[in-house]
Amino acid sequence: MATMKDLRGDVSTWCPGCGHFSIMAGIQKAIIELGYEPHEFAIISGIGCSGKVSEYIRSNGFHTIHGRSLPVAQGVKIGNPELKVIASGGDGDGYGIGLGHFVHASRRNIDMSYFVMDNSIYGLTKGQTSPRSEHGFTTKAGTSSNKEYPVDPVATSIVNGATFVAQAYSGNIKELSTILKRAIEHRGFSHVNIFSPCVTFNKVNTYDFYKEHLTIAEKPFATRDEAVAAIRENNGLITGILFEELRDDFQAKLGIDFDMQSLESGEMDEQLLSSIQAKFQV
Amino acid sequence: MREAVEWMVGGQQGEGVDSTGELFAKALVKHGYSVSTYKQFMSRIKGGHSNFKLNATKERNYYPGDQVDILLCLDNESLLKNEPFLAERAVVIQEGTETSVLLHQGESDYDLLTVPMKSLAKELGNAMVQNMIAIGISSALLDLPKELLHSFIRNVYGKKGDDIVRLNIDALQKGYELTDEYLPHRISPLGAAELTDQLFISGNEATGYGSLMAGCRFLSAYPITPASEIMEWLAKELPAVGGTVMQVEDEIAGICFAIGANYSGVRAMTSTSGPGLSLKTEALGMAGMSEVPIVIVNSQRGGPSTGLPTKHEQSDLQQMIYGTHGEIPRMVLYPATIEDAFYLAAESFNLAEKYQCPVIVALDLGLSMNKMTVPSFDAKRVAIDRGKLLSDKEAAAFGEEFFSRYRLTEDGISPRPKPGMEKAIHLTSSNEHSEDGYITEDPEIRTKMMTKRLEKVRHALIDEPFKLQSSDGIEPEYADVLLVGTGSTYGAIAEAMKRLNSENGETHAHLHLQQLYPLPQDQLQPLFENKRIITIENNYTGQLLNLLKQHFPIHDRSDAILQFDGNPFFVETLITKMRKAVS
Ligand SMILES: Cc1ncc(C[n+]2csc(CCOP(=O)(O)OP(=O)(O)O)c2C)c(N)n1
Ligand code: SF4
Ligand SMILES: [Mg+2]
Repeated sequence: MATMKDLRGDVSTWCPGCGHFSIMAGIQKAIIELGYEPHEFAIISGIGCSGKVSEYIRSNGFHTIHGRSLPVAQGVKIGNPELKVIASGGDGDGYGIGLGHFVHASRRNIDMSYFVMDNSIYGLTKGQTSPRSEHGFTTKAGTSSNKEYPVDPVATSIVNGATFVAQAYSGNIKELSTILKRAIEHRGFSHVNIFSPCVTFNKVNTYDFYKEHLTIAEKPFATRDEAVAAIRENNGLITGILFEELRDDFQAKLGIDFDMQSLESGEMDEQLLSSIQAKFQV
Repeated sequence: MREAVEWMVGGQQGEGVDSTGELFAKALVKHGYSVSTYKQFMSRIKGGHSNFKLNATKERNYYPGDQVDILLCLDNESLLKNEPFLAERAVVIQEGTETSVLLHQGESDYDLLTVPMKSLAKELGNAMVQNMIAIGISSALLDLPKELLHSFIRNVYGKKGDDIVRLNIDALQKGYELTDEYLPHRISPLGAAELTDQLFISGNEATGYGSLMAGCRFLSAYPITPASEIMEWLAKELPAVGGTVMQVEDEIAGICFAIGANYSGVRAMTSTSGPGLSLKTEALGMAGMSEVPIVIVNSQRGGPSTGLPTKHEQSDLQQMIYGTHGEIPRMVLYPATIEDAFYLAAESFNLAEKYQCPVIVALDLGLSMNKMTVPSFDAKRVAIDRGKLLSDKEAAAFGEEFFSRYRLTEDGISPRPKPGMEKAIHLTSSNEHSEDGYITEDPEIRTKMMTKRLEKVRHALIDEPFKLQSSDGIEPEYADVLLVGTGSTYGAIAEAMKRLNSENGETHAHLHLQQLYPLPQDQLQPLFENKRIITIENNYTGQLLNLLKQHFPIHDRSDAILQFDGNPFFVETLITKMRKAVS
C-alpha cells in the first residue's frame, strides 16, 4: 500500500498557511485510502499557484498551460481509460480563462475528476480579482472595488449536466477527503470546488470567513433544481456533495471497442489498407 | 477522336452540381483516364453559383485545367461566369424553354444547345433527373459507352429501388438522343485510356487515410472549411479500428485533447484551418516545450481573419513555421499532391514520435477539397516507427523512483514512458524544467534544455523533402531559372514549365518543397547557386520567397509570382507572368 512518502513530489513553494496544502494532502490521502498506487493516476494541472499540484504530488503529472487542464485531461482519459485522471487548478484557471472547457466537460461526462482550488483571487500573478471575487472586492493593491458578480461554479456544473458536484473547504480536512474519495470513485465527470484561502492576497475570503459562513449539506439534493436552490439560498457558501447521478459516462456511451494503446512499430497493416482502399476505387 | 477533355458543370448551390460532377468524373476514371477536379463554391448552403471542373487526360495529370471543352449550365450564371474560359469550339449545354442549337460567334465560337431539361425530366417522371439528362448529353458528345454510366447509376441509386434506377437510365438515354439529334456534328469520341488501379480521392480523405494507416486512433477538432472532411472521414472509419473522433468545443480543446491523448501514448491528431490554427498556437508551444508528439493538419484558406472561407490561399506558411511565443522544435510538411498527402500524413506520425514534437501538415483548399486520381497506395512505403516510446520492461530497466522524462541524451531525444507504467512515474511540463521535469529557472539547465529541444530536429529530413524536375533533358542544377512552389501549385507549375521550355530559350527546373521546416538547406544548396529563382505562391507577401531568402543569398536574383484572389493559378497566367519575370 502506498504511503504519504510515496506520493511526495517536488518541494513546495506555496506560502505557509496556503489553503492549497490541505487540498493536496486530501488528494494524497484519498489515493492512499482508496488503495491505489501513485502510478495509476495522472494529475493534469493548469497554471497558477494551484497548478503546481501536479509537481508536488508524486504521480504521473502534466503541468499544462493556463486554463487548459480539462481538455488535456479529457484527452488523457480517452487515450487510456485505465488511468485515474484528475484535472486540477485555480479559480482563475478554471472559471476565467478555462470556463468554456468547464461547461463542456460538465455536459460531456467523461469519467474523471476536476478539483478546483478556489481562493477567489489570482494568486500566482499577485492578487488580482478573479472571476470568483465577490462583488465589491478590493484587491490588496487597492484596485477599485469589483463591479462584476462572481461566477457560480457549482450551480454551473449542476445545470450543465455534471454527474457529481460537490463543494468542500480546505479547513475541513475530514469532509474534504471524504468528498475527494467519493469524487474519484464516481463514474463520470466529478467536479469539486474547494474553498482554499490565499493567506497572502485575499483578506476577505479567509479561514475565519469560511468558518463563520459555511453551511454543510448533509446529503446530496434529490434534484438539480433543489441543489441549485440551496446553493442560491446559501449564497454559494455550502459544502458537501450537492448532486450526484449515475449514468453512462461518455466513453461507455460511444460503445466503441477501444484499441488505442496497442500500436507497435512495424509494417503498415496491408489488409486494412486494401479494405479501405476499396472505398476509393470507382 | 479526343485524347483529353476539360468539362465543367455549373449551377446554384444545392442543385446537385457536385454529385453531377463527381458521377461524370468517376465515369472518366473508369474509362481509364487520369482526372483532376476543382470545385468552386461559396460560404452558404443554398443558392449562389458553384461549379465543378475536371480535366481528364490519358497521362497522369495534377491539374484541373484552364479551359472548358464542354460546359453544362444548370443556371444562367454558369455561362456568364465561365464564358471567358471556353476553349475554341466548345459545346455549351444550357437549360432553356425550347430545344435549339446555335453557333455562338464571339471571342471564341461555341455551339450552344438549349434544352428544357427540367420539363423533359418531369415528363420522364421526376424533375430530379434533370442532371442525368445533362450527363447523358455530355457522355454522348464523348461517345462514352452507355454501360459505363449504367454501372454508376446502379451503384448510386441501387439502394433507392429499381424504379429510380430505371428513371435515371431513361434520363441518360434521353441525353444521348438529344446529342444524336441536335449535335451529331460535335460528337468526338474519347477512346478508352489505360490507367488502371486508380483511386479517386480528395486531399482531405488521403490525409485522414494516411493518418489512420499510420496508427492514428484519435482526432479532436472543431468544424472548419476546408478541413472538416478530415474529421468527418475519420469519424466514419476510426471506430472500426478501435479509435474515435471527438468534435470538441473549440480549436483550443481540439489541440489539447489530442495532446492529452498523445501524452497517454496514443497516436492522435487535430485538424483545422487558419482561424483554428491561430487559436491553437499557445497549445502548440506546450507540445513543443513538454515534448509531447502531435500531428496538426492545417488546411489553408483565404485569410486573414474570417477572410475567404471557401477560397484557396497559401498564406499561413509563416504562422505554421513561426507561430507561438518562444522557440520550439517542430516540423512543417506540405504535400505536393494528393498522393503525397497520404504518405506525408503517415510519415508525420513517425516524425512526431521520433522527435517528440509537433508536426504540422500543411494543406490548402485546392489540395484538400478536390478529388484526383492517384495510384493505389503502397503499404510498404512507410513503416510505423514509434521512436523512443518505451515498453513497460524498457521503462522499468532504468530503475528510477521517479523517471527522468527529460533525460539529456546524445541526440537530444529522451526515452519516453507512458503514464500508468508501474515503474515509470514521471512529470511532463510546459514550464522550463530539469531532467526530472520539475520547474527550474537555473540558467545553466535552461540553456541545456533549450539546446536539447531545438537541436533535436535541426537535421530532421523526411523521405522526399522536395520534388525536382526539369524538361528538355537539362540537369536541374544547370537550368537558368528555378521555379519554386509548395503545395497544390504543383500541377500548374509542372504544366507551365513544360509549355514554357518548349517555346523559350531559357531552361527551367521546378523545385517543389514538401519539407518547409526545418528547411533542408544542405540538400537544396546546389540548386540555389547562381540561377534565377522564381517562387510561385498564393499569398501577398511572398512567404515562401522570404523563407528561402533567409537561407540562401538570392536577394538580387529572385522574384515571386503571387496571386491572392482566392483562386488557384491558371497555367496561362503563370506563363504570362513567368515571361515577364524572366525578361
Ligand atoms: C494565457 C495566459 N495568460 C495569463 C497567464 C498569467 N497567469 C498565470 S497564473 C494566473 C492566474 C492564477 O490564478 P488562479 O488560476 O486562480 O490560480 P491561483 O494562483 O490563485 O492558485 C495568470 C493570470 C498565463 N500563464 N497564461
Ligand atoms: S499566493 Fe496565495 S495562493 Fe499562492 S501560494 Fe501564496 S497563499 Fe497560496
Ligand atoms: Mg485563484
